[in-house]
Amino acid sequence: MILDYETLKFIWWILIGVLLIGFAIADGMDMGVGVLLPFLGKTDEERRVIINTVGPHWDGNQVWLITAGGAIFAAWPAVYAAAFSGFYMAMLLVLFALFFRPVGFDYRSKIEDPRWRNSWDWALFVGGLVPALIFGVAFGNLLQGVPFQFDEFLRSHYQGSLLTALLPLLNPFALLAGIISLAMLVMHGAMWLQIRTEAPVSDRARSVAIWLGLVVVLAFAGAGLWVAYGIDGFRVVTQPALDAPSNPLAKTVVAERGAWLSIYHTVPVAILAPIIGFGGILLAVLLSVLRRPGLGFIASALGMAGIISTAGLSMFPFILPSSLDPNSSLTVWDAPSSHFTLTVMFWAVVLLLPLVLSYTAWCYTRMWGKVTVDGIRAGSHTAY
Amino acid sequence: MIDPLFVELSRWQFAATAMYHFLFVPLTLGLSWMLFMMESAYVLTDNVVYRDMTRFWGKLFGINFAVGVATGLTMEFEFGTNWAYYSHYVGDVFGAPLAIEGLMAFFLESTFIGLFFLGWDKLTKRQHLAVTFFTALGSNLSAMWILVANGWMQNPVGSAFSPETMRMEMTSFTEVLFNPVAQVKFVHTVAAGYVTGAMFVLAISAWYMLKGRDLGFAKRSFAIAAGFGMASILSVIVLGDESGYTLGDVQKTKLAAIEAEYETHPAPAGLTLFAIPDEQAMENSYSIKLPWALGLIATRSTTGEVTGIKDLVVKHEERIRSGIEAYDALQRLRAGERSDEISARFDLHKTDLGYGLLLKKYTASVVDATPEQIALAARDTIPPVAPLFVTFRLMVLAGVLMFFLISASLYFSMRRTIERQRWLLKALVWSLPLPWIACETGWFVAEFGRQPWAIGEVLPTFLATSSLTSGDLIFSLTGFITFYTVLLVIELFLMIKFTRLGPASLGTGRYHGENGHAAAAHAAG
Repeated sequence: MILDYETLKFIWWILIGVLLIGFAIADGMDMGVGVLLPFLGKTDEERRVIINTVGPHWDGNQVWLITAGGAIFAAWPAVYAAAFSGFYMAMLLVLFALFFRPVGFDYRSKIEDPRWRNSWDWALFVGGLVPALIFGVAFGNLLQGVPFQFDEFLRSHYQGSLLTALLPLLNPFALLAGIISLAMLVMHGAMWLQIRTEAPVSDRARSVAIWLGLVVVLAFAGAGLWVAYGIDGFRVVTQPALDAPSNPLAKTVVAERGAWLSIYHTVPVAILAPIIGFGGILLAVLLSVLRRPGLGFIASALGMAGIISTAGLSMFPFILPSSLDPNSSLTVWDAPSSHFTLTVMFWAVVLLLPLVLSYTAWCYTRMWGKVTVDGIRAGSHTAY
Repeated sequence: MIDPLFVELSRWQFAATAMYHFLFVPLTLGLSWMLFMMESAYVLTDNVVYRDMTRFWGKLFGINFAVGVATGLTMEFEFGTNWAYYSHYVGDVFGAPLAIEGLMAFFLESTFIGLFFLGWDKLTKRQHLAVTFFTALGSNLSAMWILVANGWMQNPVGSAFSPETMRMEMTSFTEVLFNPVAQVKFVHTVAAGYVTGAMFVLAISAWYMLKGRDLGFAKRSFAIAAGFGMASILSVIVLGDESGYTLGDVQKTKLAAIEAEYETHPAPAGLTLFAIPDEQAMENSYSIKLPWALGLIATRSTTGEVTGIKDLVVKHEERIRSGIEAYDALQRLRAGERSDEISARFDLHKTDLGYGLLLKKYTASVVDATPEQIALAARDTIPPVAPLFVTFRLMVLAGVLMFFLISASLYFSMRRTIERQRWLLKALVWSLPLPWIACETGWFVAEFGRQPWAIGEVLPTFLATSSLTSGDLIFSLTGFITFYTVLLVIELFLMIKFTRLGPASLGTGRYHGENGHAAAAHAAG
């Protein structure tokens, strides 16, 4: 064990963040493309062009989501348990929507019937829209605290079931967070389409990216003000040793207005996250205007990384604050697995992630180039 | 208190989603390697029929794979959504193989599979072959990691309970990885997947031969499948995972239940071929026994004993009593009484803590359990015998039938007279469901036979659930079954459609139903 427990707990907070950002950049792009599909593709061939820009890659990209789920299970089992069961109805919505994508991509162009194809196009739309929206809504609820608590055996209990569990999640602040998430992923998808398609599809993507970029910036600024003046953050009052075995009931916590901004006073460099968030998105808009989508894609990826990091940093060290019993909140220091498991998983990531990134890059370079209507016609039996 | 309906619904949902998922997984496991073999033949011989084979079987592979991915998504999140206490209690150990599965296997498989379908014109021959190989390797690695996780549920090695964090924690990663139960299960499960892939290609190729179409294509496919199938079915049978059933108490109990062995017999025990088990009286009627066979299969020796159910119940009752001690000590430790005496008492009894938890079904206050409650809990440690006894025999029967079918297929394929053996070809077409019957009954035996445990000897299933309501579960279970059934119907529709179209669906002009196919098919054949 080269790394001490406290350091590893902190590293794992960063690693989960990296996986979530990786998910947004890779699979978020596919979800954005799915949402845009029925609108930017006016003919069947244009729609096939749009689908085939992500066709070879969406499945690998989706693994960022699956791996993030698995990594949360391994590194923060208490979060995996309390969050996924507490957000039960929302998780079901996400899953049911996600089911549409693997079958949608593979089955859509296997039959020529326009009704068949049109149905799958809308299925891909739902498969992109619902998760993109719900993930933002989930973050919006994390920031407000989630109504769960632990009993003495660390079993989590929550308020509500079915609609009484789902509807409170759809509150105004959470919906605003959902709009940020949806708008940024769709914008990111539009950046990708600008790179990989030709006019007229790329022109349509360009104007979508410009407008949605402005929506993201405004909504993100609005959420920032709301966090400062409209909702309570949480603050740890008494903290057991940071390298103590994980016990979420050992600390005390209070809810407090403005607590989510304290990190920017104690660690001023954290302000870089929102700056990169605003800057990246605005730069992506500018580069779309200038017709430089390649750089613009990198800018929108950076912008999303900045926005997600802002949410994570503002809550630090909280991961899953509890509105019902603040002391039950889960933090970076009391949600993780044991020292041994964090060590094993750390080395697994260090060894495997660079490998994943390199063969993913190889696959993208092999499939590079504009997807065109002529190309689709030539490979009609192979293409999606 | 425990709501039995809610626990039952949670179990039904997991069973339904997992068994649906496993309709698609075995075909992926087997077909992926066969695609690699077909494409290797193409790269080595340059004969374009092998490329067409790779692409056509690859199309069917893709139709199946898509639903496999969709239903697989549920599995990654379902422990958290529906088994939250399980996730908290064992996530420290169980989460690790799942996360590594994502990093090592899912990324590999899913990143390359897109290039398998769409990269034919963008990659060189060898590059594409490598892509196919990595897709197959990825799906098989994923099977390995999930079976490491599952093997740990059956036989939880390399871990210990921590009273401070109130959960199981990993003590040795290599013990978890090289858990003998996991290793045996991995070999058995992937080999069953290979048999599924082989039977799939055999049955469809047989159908083409019966119709007298695409003969060259069908015979070549058939030969590859027969050879691959023969090696695989031998592995499934010879390396059947009964050999893992002597390890750990849960596996022993499962074995006794599968065999309806109520008594402990002198070694080596006989194998019951047929019987009607009576669970109340704990005896069998009309049994037909094969002497020695069970002892030989299960213990790989003539001296190993197979413990009977009655003796197991007695043993488990003792462990429940010891579990009460562990539970009492744990409660005191959690309440802050940190004396050496209590710690020592907990350490002495902690391997039986799970047995103590079994009492929670009958009483909230485990330490005050009555002798009747202890007896009931001990009886609960034996899963229902009849369903296990029957499904296990169904699995074996399906396996034996496939062994004969595949042997005959290989024999006539090697003698090059396969297209004239119409009885065999017909039998193969009708036998297409056999591998799925074997796979599903096999999983049923493995997981139903693990009851009452979610984690063997550690965590009872009824405690492992989330704190949801029966209403939540009725909603989600209905949703999953409806959605999955619609997906399955669409999948079967496309499978049948493209099987009927055959290699003509590639649009090469060389196959049955295409213009001028006769001359071209001859050339390719």
